Amino acid sequence: MTDTARAVRRSADEYLRVDRIPHIWCPGCGIGPALGCFIRAIDRAGLDTDKVAVVSGIGCTGRAAGYIRLDSFHTTHGRAIPFATGLKLAKPELKVVVFSGDGDLAAIGGNHLIHAGRRNIDMTVICVNNFNYGMTGGQMGPTTPLGARTSTSPYGNFDPPFNLPQLVAASGAAYVARWTILHVRQLEKAIVDGLTKDGFSFIEVIGPCQSSYGRMNKLGQPVDHLDSYRKRCVVKHEADLRETAIGLGGPIVVGKFVDTRRPTFGDRIDSMLHRAHDQKI
Amino acid sequence: MSQEGIIQGEFFMNGDEACAEGAISAGCRFFAGYPITPATEVAERMSRRLPEVGGTYIQMEDEIASMNAILGASWAGAKAMTSTSGPGFSLMMENLGLGVMLETPCVVVDVQRAGPSTGLPTSVGQGDIMQARWGSHGTYEIIALVPSSPQEMFDLTITAFNLSEKYRVPVLIMSDEVVGHMSEKVVLRAVPPEELVERPRPSVPPEKYLPYQTDGSLVPPMALAGEGYRFHVTGLTHDERGYPAMNAAAQDRLVRRLVDKIRLNRSDIIRYEEAWIDDAEVVVCAYGITSRVARHAVHMARSEGIRAGLLRLITVWPFPEEHVRQLARRTQAFVVPEINYGQIVFEVERCACGQARTALLPHMGGGVHHPEAILEAIREALR
Repeated sequence: MTDTARAVRRSADEYLRVDRIPHIWCPGCGIGPALGCFIRAIDRAGLDTDKVAVVSGIGCTGRAAGYIRLDSFHTTHGRAIPFATGLKLAKPELKVVVFSGDGDLAAIGGNHLIHAGRRNIDMTVICVNNFNYGMTGGQMGPTTPLGARTSTSPYGNFDPPFNLPQLVAASGAAYVARWTILHVRQLEKAIVDGLTKDGFSFIEVIGPCQSSYGRMNKLGQPVDHLDSYRKRCVVKHEADLRETAIGLGGPIVVGKFVDTRRPTFGDRIDSMLHRAHDQKI
Repeated sequence: MSQEGIIQGEFFMNGDEACAEGAISAGCRFFAGYPITPATEVAERMSRRLPEVGGTYIQMEDEIASMNAILGASWAGAKAMTSTSGPGFSLMMENLGLGVMLETPCVVVDVQRAGPSTGLPTSVGQGDIMQARWGSHGTYEIIALVPSSPQEMFDLTITAFNLSEKYRVPVLIMSDEVVGHMSEKVVLRAVPPEELVERPRPSVPPEKYLPYQTDGSLVPPMALAGEGYRFHVTGLTHDERGYPAMNAAAQDRLVRRLVDKIRLNRSDIIRYEEAWIDDAEVVVCAYGITSRVARHAVHMARSEGIRAGLLRLITVWPFPEEHVRQLARRTQAFVVPEINYGQIVFEVERCACGQARTALLPHMGGGVHHPEAILEAIREALR
């Protein structure tokens, strides 16, 4: 083991509620590696960790908040973003991170997701997309590729999915990236970017749900599942977001898609307060 | 206007506006809402006033988000409020439960209109009273106050914040369209700091802090985000550490405490007002706008020589069961007028326990009772 690896392991324990390990995630699950990247990113970003709050919704990824040794909130299904919005606005010095799954953020919480993007509220959303509802046993959702088999799409999914980077970019996010859990360094860097970005940053993390989605779609052993990412992924920064949809097969476009600067919700509140003050005078 | 932007003095204002001023006087500095008749004026007033006192107003994408935003703001240390009416109140039920489970102080105002569904958006109803008590799933207790005037919209909003902070529970203000929209004289009195209750706060260092450990008071001290406590809270059944605990014993321990912290403090929480009650043979039990009509009807009955009295509920939840039981022993009948087809009447009947007759005088909504109708119900109750 190299010195660097040892240092990282020590720092990971700093950020984990080690008294809650072992975690609930299945062998072959992608959420653990995503959480690992998040923890290292927090370390790398050099944040005052007393001022970092993590909010999760419900689902397998929603359990992440429970393992992170920071102020952490495990809220209701789909509602992590509005809860986080209240936290951030009432205490702007907080660095607020939403760590949750695709079903939570894009289905039941989809409305909150686009409105947070529209506001460009200073918040980082890490969305682990495993293409199905893992916690309830692998049902289809709004990220399930057409044709994919799940426990509620036994004849192949006929309900077209969202292209999440396109959706979130269109809603107004300042930063949008997508990586898989194989892209450990890129993902870690993207999360650092998101954490240090002013405004709404959205990082989609493609990770396997081996127990349900992987098995039902005959993606082989966990290593085969990951190997499919390796074969399918195409790095394309600033990609045309019409081309980032994910099918059952075919390329998975990854990269940093949006990195822009526009006034955050906090900036706009500040200018409103100036206007309000001027009007009073 | 005093320093800090707190308004004091006598004003002619409607109940919704008075509610907003009560919130600001109580220290509310965060409001998240969504426009809905007849509660919109609360949000409008807050959007204008909060920037003047260093607070934050946000208009959320729906009432689900509004409810969650005030929970988040409360965990960041703000006194937080939202306001709505029936359809929005229904949407808030899910995360009202989260507020109960995480023990989050906050205030939710429901300016009731007639339902079900979209119903009569601009007209009065009192059909959400049972929803206030039972609307979120699972076993819990809640506090709900019912103002009957714009002045009480101011005063009870302060009370609501105080109870919410003291017991770490969402407190509901179950107003109605008439009280929300009627304009009357409202005294925005100075509220001294010592009148304002603040949530219990941890006195131990972060490494010794357990988010849901109580000292026997049933209400645990509350750390806030960003203070270094590094706490975890969850809507799952949890133990003293705030960690999920998926077993019946933890459920029993937690839910009993969530309920008992309200039930065992009923005498501190419950508020009611009485008139002509001492020798009353028939007691009209009413709340909100209906209590004002009822007061007039009882006065009319008295002038006819009928020994009628009024019990005006200020707290509907927890229900003043012991007091109604006692009244039932010395009165012949209860008359319960309400703008629904029977809600609080079930509580009165339950507590009367056969010792006094109980008669419902329903109104389906869209208007208030006529005093003559209540008077006739009083006469009928004694026949």
